[in-house]
Amino acid sequence: MLKFLFDRDTWQEVIDSMTKNKLRTVITMIGVWWGILLLIGLLGAARGMENSFNRSFSDFATNSVFIWGQSTSMPFKGFQEGKRVTLRLGDAKKIEENVEGIEFVVPRNQSQGFVVRGLLSGTYSLTGDYPLLDVVQKKKLKKGRFINQNDIDKKRKVAVISEDIYKQLFDKDEEPIGELIRINNMNFQVIGVFEVVPFGGPQTDIHIPFDTFQQVYNRGDQIGWMMITGKQEFDILQIEDDAKLLLKNIHRIHPQDKRAFGSFNLGDMFGQVTGFLKGMQFLTWFVGIATLIAGVFAIGAILLITVKERTKEIGVRRALGATPFEIKRQIVVEAVFLTLIAGLFGIISGGWILIALDSAYGQGDDAQIVNASVSIAVVFLALLILVVLGSLIGLIPAFKATSVKPIDALRDE
Amino acid sequence: MLKISNLHKSYPIGDSSLHVLKGIDFEVNNGEMVAIMGSSGSGKSTLLNIIGILDEYDSGEYTLDGVAIKDLSEKKAAVYRNKFLGFIFQSFNLINYKNALENVALPLYYQGLKRKDRQEKAKFHLEKVGLLDWAHHLPSELSGGQKQRVAIARALAANPKLLMADEPTGALDTTTSYEIMEFLQQLNDEGKTILIVTHEEDIAAMCKRVIRLRDGVIMEDKIVEQVRAATAHV
Repeated sequence: MLKFLFDRDTWQEVIDSMTKNKLRTVITMIGVWWGILLLIGLLGAARGMENSFNRSFSDFATNSVFIWGQSTSMPFKGFQEGKRVTLRLGDAKKIEENVEGIEFVVPRNQSQGFVVRGLLSGTYSLTGDYPLLDVVQKKKLKKGRFINQNDIDKKRKVAVISEDIYKQLFDKDEEPIGELIRINNMNFQVIGVFEVVPFGGPQTDIHIPFDTFQQVYNRGDQIGWMMITGKQEFDILQIEDDAKLLLKNIHRIHPQDKRAFGSFNLGDMFGQVTGFLKGMQFLTWFVGIATLIAGVFAIGAILLITVKERTKEIGVRRALGATPFEIKRQIVVEAVFLTLIAGLFGIISGGWILIALDSAYGQGDDAQIVNASVSIAVVFLALLILVVLGSLIGLIPAFKATSVKPIDALRDE
Repeated sequence: MLKISNLHKSYPIGDSSLHVLKGIDFEVNNGEMVAIMGSSGSGKSTLLNIIGILDEYDSGEYTLDGVAIKDLSEKKAAVYRNKFLGFIFQSFNLINYKNALENVALPLYYQGLKRKDRQEKAKFHLEKVGLLDWAHHLPSELSGGQKQRVAIARALAANPKLLMADEPTGALDTTTSYEIMEFLQQLNDEGKTILIVTHEEDIAAMCKRVIRLRDGVIMEDKIVEQVRAATAHV
């Protein structure tokens, strides 16, 4: 069989019968070409979107959950329902110590800030933060630095502002670092400007040191909410449940109370988006392979017609001593060759589409499609599928060709 | 060489069947040149197809070169066809997208010969039919007589024991027909056994023996004085 595949005559026969009717050959190949092109193009685009998504999230601890206090919905231990629940700094520490799989617990406080600089002003969200925030939600600083422990310890009145605020309150190319802005009638020194990234999780406009916030806004040890990140190998939903149960215990809230604590589980959301992307990949495979199968069937159909047309020729060949196996083998090789060539063209043009996608949507930092590509393994898998499908579909005309008795084939006009 | 006894063949037609060959007996020895004659429907083509292992028979016996031809698998039949038989058809049946040389080389391909050997042998046989200069022409570029000569070269290429021609001159004018017959006679002179199915008396007269079929039985089987095609007047 191998000798047969490397025999020049085998290919001469294939080329002969293909070039005999070029139009038919081309039309036959379009189906498979289109299928592979779709498969490669869609898979590459899906991968590009996934890359883009992953890049946006790469600076963010995705295995995390945000928890804040609300009000109870069930009476418990003498308290009526509707009791306000306020988280405290101590809660964060207890969660860190008692819940399994915790990486960080980052307490935060949030407020509105009326910001004035010279004649310009605006209202922005304001949070008191620990330096740790920069670890779990990496800030892309364009200028300056983020809050450090010194700022916390000395309760400095410093602020890290978003790029948007910088653009609204400062002149173009003006140096913001060291400048003062008034936040709720109190002067803060700008120490950094950060860039807002899409999908980066909850965003705030101004970060000031946590302890400064607590003191300035008289919060004591109350915290607005906390961000809990779990270690990679732990299930964030379980951590959320454990943390909430612990909090309910501390705050004397009914264990079944669903309203007492609000939460936003980023890990869960992330999982859903990842699942969506996975689903899209699956869909792509499904569509691509379904189209491929349709294309291969087209090849089968055309070969069937070809075989019908060549009935007499096949009869002559058999009269000259071709065995049925030799006839079948030739037709199957033709089918596989057609599918492979069409597939290779499809892969090449699919690659062009990905290059086009990359140059159209893949440039810059906020590209929607990043490095749209398919792996070599996928390409080989696609080729393998083609070979298998091609040989299977080739068997139909092959058996059709030899099912006619040579005498009937010779009589065919 | 070839022995047929009490050969029967019928084709099913709807519910009934058509009895085409009703007990054929004859023998062909090496070096004979036999014409099988008969009007259409006499069963002569069926007989030739059975002899050519292209068709099966219902009962009787058929041995070719000492081998019983009965209930062969398609593969075996193909091998025997390749080894024992050379076919010449009325409509030439050349493969139209292969040139003359490739057509002649085709049976050798199925014999499993190497490319070089095939080319060499095919050239030799093309030369024999006087068409070496036309080796790289497609059948569409050849005249009818040339096509039939290519077909003869192809039939000879595998060096068969028996050359079988089904109306070899049926599609040719008289002059060309006689040329072809002259060539077949030459081959016969060299010792090739030839079987020709024809309904033309002048063609049959150029053989050495004529078997006449009618309605599936042999009416007449006689040795004739061979008319040399080269001397025949058109």
